[in-house]
Amino acid sequence: MSEAQDYKYIGQRTIRPDGFDKVTGRASYGADLSLPGMIWGKTLRSPHAHARITRLDTSKAEAMPGVLAVAVHSDFAAVSDEAIQAGEGSANLIDLASNILAKNKVLYHGHAVAAVAAKTEALAEQALALIEVEYEVLPPVMTALAAMAADAPVLHDDMFTTGLEETPDKASNIANRVEFKIGDVEAGFAEADVIVEGTYKTPTCHQGYIEPHACTVRYDEDGQSMIWCCTQGHFDVRTSTAKLLGMELSKLKVVASEIGGGFGGKTTVYQEPVALILSKKSGRPVKMVMDRDEVQLATGPTSASHNWVKIGARKDGTITAMQGKFIYEAGAFKGSPVMMGCMTAFTPYEVPNLYAEGFDVVVNKPKVAAYRAPGAPQGEFAAEMAVNELAAKLGMDPIELRLKNAAKEGTQTIYGPKFKRVGLVECLEAARDSEHYKAALAENQGRGVASGFWFNVGGQSSVVINMNPDGTGTIVEGSPDIGGSRASMQMMAAEELGIPLEKLKPIVADTEMLAYSQGTGGSRTTFATGMAVIEAAQDVVRQLKERAAALWNVTAEQVDYADGVAYNTAGEDKMTCAEICSKADRTGGQITGRGNINARGAGPSFAVHICDLEVDPETGKTDVIRYTAIQDAGKAIHPSYVEGQLQGGAVQGIGWALNEEYVYSPEGKLENMGFLDYRIPVASDLPMIDTVVIEVPNAFHPFGVRGVGESGIIPPLAAVGTAAANAIGTHVTELPLSPPRVLKLVQEKG
Amino acid sequence: MAVADYKAPSTVSEAVSLLASAQMKAKVMAGGTDLIIQSKSQTAEPLLVVDLKRIETMKDYQLTDEGLSLGPAMCCAEFTALEDVKAVYPGLTEAAYLIGSTQVQGRASVGGNLCNSSPAADTIPALIANGAQCVIEGPDGDRTVPVEDFVTGVGKNCLAANEILKRIVIPRPAPGTADAYLRFIPRTEMDIAVAGAGVSVTLDADGTCTAARVGIGAVAPTAMLVPAAAAALVGTKLDDTALEAAAKAASEASNPITDRRGTVEFRRHVVGVLVKRAAKIAQSRAQG
Amino acid sequence: MAKVHVTTSVNGEETEYLCEPHETLLDVLRNNLQLTGTKEGCGSGDCGACSVTVDGRLTCSCLVLAVEAEGREIGTIEGVGDKEKLSVIQQKFLEHAALQCGICTPGLIVSTQAMLKDNPTPTEEDVRYYLAGNLCRCTGYDKIVRAVMDAAETLPSERGA
Repeated sequence: MSEAQDYKYIGQRTIRPDGFDKVTGRASYGADLSLPGMIWGKTLRSPHAHARITRLDTSKAEAMPGVLAVAVHSDFAAVSDEAIQAGEGSANLIDLASNILAKNKVLYHGHAVAAVAAKTEALAEQALALIEVEYEVLPPVMTALAAMAADAPVLHDDMFTTGLEETPDKASNIANRVEFKIGDVEAGFAEADVIVEGTYKTPTCHQGYIEPHACTVRYDEDGQSMIWCCTQGHFDVRTSTAKLLGMELSKLKVVASEIGGGFGGKTTVYQEPVALILSKKSGRPVKMVMDRDEVQLATGPTSASHNWVKIGARKDGTITAMQGKFIYEAGAFKGSPVMMGCMTAFTPYEVPNLYAEGFDVVVNKPKVAAYRAPGAPQGEFAAEMAVNELAAKLGMDPIELRLKNAAKEGTQTIYGPKFKRVGLVECLEAARDSEHYKAALAENQGRGVASGFWFNVGGQSSVVINMNPDGTGTIVEGSPDIGGSRASMQMMAAEELGIPLEKLKPIVADTEMLAYSQGTGGSRTTFATGMAVIEAAQDVVRQLKERAAALWNVTAEQVDYADGVAYNTAGEDKMTCAEICSKADRTGGQITGRGNINARGAGPSFAVHICDLEVDPETGKTDVIRYTAIQDAGKAIHPSYVEGQLQGGAVQGIGWALNEEYVYSPEGKLENMGFLDYRIPVASDLPMIDTVVIEVPNAFHPFGVRGVGESGIIPPLAAVGTAAANAIGTHVTELPLSPPRVLKLVQEKG
Repeated sequence: MAVADYKAPSTVSEAVSLLASAQMKAKVMAGGTDLIIQSKSQTAEPLLVVDLKRIETMKDYQLTDEGLSLGPAMCCAEFTALEDVKAVYPGLTEAAYLIGSTQVQGRASVGGNLCNSSPAADTIPALIANGAQCVIEGPDGDRTVPVEDFVTGVGKNCLAANEILKRIVIPRPAPGTADAYLRFIPRTEMDIAVAGAGVSVTLDADGTCTAARVGIGAVAPTAMLVPAAAAALVGTKLDDTALEAAAKAASEASNPITDRRGTVEFRRHVVGVLVKRAAKIAQSRAQG
Repeated sequence: MAKVHVTTSVNGEETEYLCEPHETLLDVLRNNLQLTGTKEGCGSGDCGACSVTVDGRLTCSCLVLAVEAEGREIGTIEGVGDKEKLSVIQQKFLEHAALQCGICTPGLIVSTQAMLKDNPTPTEEDVRYYLAGNLCRCTGYDKIVRAVMDAAETLPSERGA
């Protein structure tokens, strides 16, 4: 597999098929659809972080001229205490319903309380002011540690910690405890010559997609309904909404619009079920578009975390044990990705003794949503910082230390399986051998290196390829295209069918046109949906051979197919794909290829990043001056978009490390809504992001694909953190490295 | 506030009488980059917007031997492209250039920045350093106010409800004078100043500072003139001791708050650093 | 509240609309004129997704009242390029894979066109600072900057033709 294969399209830098619409402004995103008779929905949100709703009266709003419907929590059908697939994990239906419209308590600043639909957006906003809500304000719990305190106010009086040996009888903010281990860490630490340990903290951060959540919905009198929305998984929007409203799946069509970024944050529902309630009540199509403040207040974010890590090693650098206690904030409802944190933190290392313990803790912040490699950056930040501390203590080069302990084929992971072939060593060697790693640094500059691991996932994907009588075809897939995946689907299908790229048009179908497909997330699309595309294309080829055989009066086994042409091995005949398609009416009707799969065998993708950072010691300002992202893609179907994933992940990680964080008042109010004060990186903040794409093929994918979306956000936290520590000559334990924090580090060092 | 009515007069007097006769709360708009965002706030109080951009004299400028007379509503993109102005007041040009993105520059103006009266407004310390005067027209005629007295509090200024800032007048600097403005933000762009400093110095033939003005921003309810910082520079050759003394004076004069953009300690410290660095830039410019 | 009648020019075409005094140019472009290529990311001038030109000057349409457009010339993404082919800037964005989700792309293209009109030979630093008001969360800006630099290099030869 690793020997260079002669591909016609795979590995080329083609023009993406949806590109024209996107550079001309014609592509239709979540907020871009309007329907005849459409009205506007708006949401009333809690001004408090934690309060009991003692009175909620919507009558004045309902009576206001121009208002056509109001929705509150009790409008949800009696939902059961049931877990459903939502986003990159599961969600409890009661929690989901209580998150999108508060039940009897509001649990974070911005928690939705009611919604109004009116003839214009302005009228809807005015009507919100007429809704009367009385609150009994409760003390807010704003960090996991505060929430875990014995006397902490409890968010949910019916939540009892799971995952303990005995389920407690006292309600707690600790939703769950998880544990993973191999070997015996105590024995491992006893063997160690050197031990490092530290506590590392990361802030609440938002995915920061530029497009706010938006939907336009229509509920018809006959019970048929439609949702148009920007989502990473429209089939999951269908599942969640249908369950919440007590509908059959066939009655609800969900159309995935073009999506303006998601990064995991658009894998759940917020407004869609509410809009459908408003549409049902008003008999009119309803559009709901969040403003930026609402996005920041009530969607996303990712878990803030508080993580303790301990590592032991022999003098020669052999790591003997790694241990961690990971505490992740879930936001208002249980379900942080702490389990993933435990599973990923130590996984770039082959160590016989590992122990990871995780706590999922509710606090008065928005319920977290998946964010690119959900759960991994926080835990791996702690582990990678500690590994760099270990390297310093051992006097070893941090890459050599990593190479000495690198996970490879056969390494036992903490979460169960042993690794098949993986590319971490290749990434580390590329980093070590890079010009960047050898370049000199000037005064006040520092360098940091870190690794990152993400599993990548497979899952269910459905694909149909419909061939037309002229030999062109439509690739019908169900994974919303968030970053150019239609291009890779087109390339993989063209490669299999042996026909020119432009003969194939990839589209993302709605939920009525195709069987269930999981959402775009977990770096699964090019891998899993790609496999479904390949299977569908192979199905087309099989049928092309059968049709040619029928025309030639031979058996299908006597027909060969290569480069878009069928050959009769029993004679001289040959026919192109287009010719066979044009005669399909004579051989049994038109040709459709199918690939409905539940993909297994996703290949992990390792990443290694190098960051050079300069610190202004007088102001604490930091400047990323050079950056290299190295990652194992397995196989880069479209190298430009693979590089783009590495670069985008790196820059999101840089933002997380340097300036992004939710700032709350003591009362638990979010103080930095909006892009002005939630500081994502801007163009002038950054250098070019150099990339090295490693290709260690994944044997389970026909072209070797692993998936590249997630891993790239993991290493920047510790690469930037270590670079800052080295530039200052100190230790870094907390993100973000905003100027006041950096200046303090400089001053404390003296 | 919600914009309920909009008028675009063609003279300042017409604008003044619109304000005087308004039946609802009225605000003048230059670029609108602050006002339009503020008008989207929750309350539905009706607002009359009086747009000054159709008044030609609000957008022109004259640079003479006397100095600069600036129409307050000229957008920053236009203002910062004025090479003749930049040659005389490079620090003011820099300050105007720092307001918002390229897109915001296409709308925002020096006068609007001043009248919005944010503690963090970039142009105000630079205007203070240059000794700018505000010419105000009201129903009873014109009056002139020094820029450091124009802003009276967070988002507040000395304009009466029926008055308009119609001109910003800046004296021509004495020979051997130059200015500079620096601000601190966490990113490289798109942030509001966490601290700002405008410095103007006049040097004699042997490089001794004979006069100075220091304005600081984002470290008190209003941008402020810091005479003690200027005094620390005058009579010196802007050596390290003098610069440190000016920095210390600025830090001591500051009265910042802790908010989502920075802490008291951080702002206090950084404003001193900015004064020091801006003074050095002004010095090198004055030495030409 | 009486609606205001506005006569303006959008992409060179005379256009009339009725708007409320509080509505922004962005609202009217998207909701009244169905020109949805101009995107709303923040509504506060911080993301640049709604970038348009007013009388040739780049601005955020969320920071312009729709009533202000009277007698002005508005330029939007729908006016970039022509029926026959994409503009060089649009083409370079595609060639360099300078977009992933594409929501920031119309704004970036409008901004790039405005920049290259004023500064046909920008340095990398010029590009990064000029475009700092156009947020992109997907790409890390690398490929955008390369596309813009390439467009700047290509454009003079096209013009010279």
